[in-house]
Amino acid sequence: MLVIIDYGVGNVRSVTNAFRYIGSDITVSCDPEIIQKAHGLILPGVGASGYAMEKVAPIAEVIKQETLSGKPLLGICVGYQLLFDESHEMGTHQCLGLIGGKVVPIPTDMDLTIPHMGWNYVKFADSMSLFDTLGDGKHFAFANSYYAQVNDPDAKVATTEYGITLTGAVEKGNIYGTQFHPEKSSNDGLQVLKNFVSICREELTC
Amino acid sequence: MLTKRIIPCLDVKDNRVVKGVNFLNLRDAGDPVELGKKYSDEGADELVFLDITATLRSNKTIVDLVEKVAANVFIPFTVGGGITKADEIGILLRSGADKCSINTAAVKNPDILRESAERFGSQCVVLAIDARRTPNTTGKWHVTVKAGSEPTDIDAIEWAQQAEQLGAGEILLTSMDADGTQAGYDIELTRAVAEAVNIPVIASGGAGTLESLTEVLDAGKADAVLAASIFHYGTYTIRETKEFLQQHNVPVRPV
Repeated sequence: MLVIIDYGVGNVRSVTNAFRYIGSDITVSCDPEIIQKAHGLILPGVGASGYAMEKVAPIAEVIKQETLSGKPLLGICVGYQLLFDESHEMGTHQCLGLIGGKVVPIPTDMDLTIPHMGWNYVKFADSMSLFDTLGDGKHFAFANSYYAQVNDPDAKVATTEYGITLTGAVEKGNIYGTQFHPEKSSNDGLQVLKNFVSICREELTC
Repeated sequence: MLTKRIIPCLDVKDNRVVKGVNFLNLRDAGDPVELGKKYSDEGADELVFLDITATLRSNKTIVDLVEKVAANVFIPFTVGGGITKADEIGILLRSGADKCSINTAAVKNPDILRESAERFGSQCVVLAIDARRTPNTTGKWHVTVKAGSEPTDIDAIEWAQQAEQLGAGEILLTSMDADGTQAGYDIELTRAVAEAVNIPVIASGGAGTLESLTEVLDAGKADAVLAASIFHYGTYTIRETKEFLQQHNVPVRPV
């Protein structure tokens, strides 16, 4: 069983729809006991990361404990941004600190539209399990005005170009995150979710 | 590189997709659940669902329909039509919408944009502008409301800028002069708005030939194009459209 952590930030519906579509056993919850029983966790989220961190605070410890004990965790969009040390969106906010790095604004002086909205090409780093069978890179759907500057020697980083090189996704041991929305990125996005389900299944049989 | 988006639009009335000319003379174009799934599978970049009877707020049937469409759509999904309060956006997001478009309510109470952006994030707040060329002037458009039936004295470009300040994350810009005519987008209008704001602009109204799509994405500086009739009635498939754009050096996500 995988748990989509519903901590009251934006919609978990699209994520739930996508996991159900690929036939995954999904529960939507923010109950610490259910999170502890899960074989894998998905942390979604939209909107501002500071507000999201405030909402996730009551269950932050259990998420960290479970993840540090080896349970696969997939952060999506703002859920992904919460994986890092801190966010600089409307003030400075401490985040979960599972991956070294900080979330900062996409520079606004490049004559590019903000939010970074739409489909952009993501180039994968070598041997990222999240992108298994997808080749060197694919297009995914983004909707972000902030991005993570990763500063962690153990993290593999997939990149996307938008005036500067942005982090599109990250992978560090059992911790995974995508700035883009795999649940809204058509077949290639659904493949990312299938890969995450496989990762959770392997973890279970280890 | 960020690609330009091709967005089919489902104008929905009585649980059916319809399409008219200048919002009049509606004809049936199919089932919204089937069409939504088809476009998502065929490589459309987003999908827009507009309740043209503007009854989203009071009509549970429509919200149920949004849910059914969303269950089969794995591309960003925008819903609009008669939203009057931020709470209603909450309901639609929980039903599977990723973004909501607000039109008349924002003109009457611009603060709805700020409140919605604060609560749900700018990325899901789309301001829809139905603009019409102001008679006897050049380079001026005014905002119309209630599905284009009611003119206002608000300047469309200034309104777009104000909406950006308030927190709108995107503008869905429809030319009421061009809508449903298939005579081409209003390039001048689209370009004027796109140059006046830093948020993405979706051009709508008038999609006809594939050249007209290329033109509005290139000369019109739109980030995305919305089209209904040309896709619903099979004039072009999403694939043909993207291949054409690619041949004309418009960056698109390959199908």
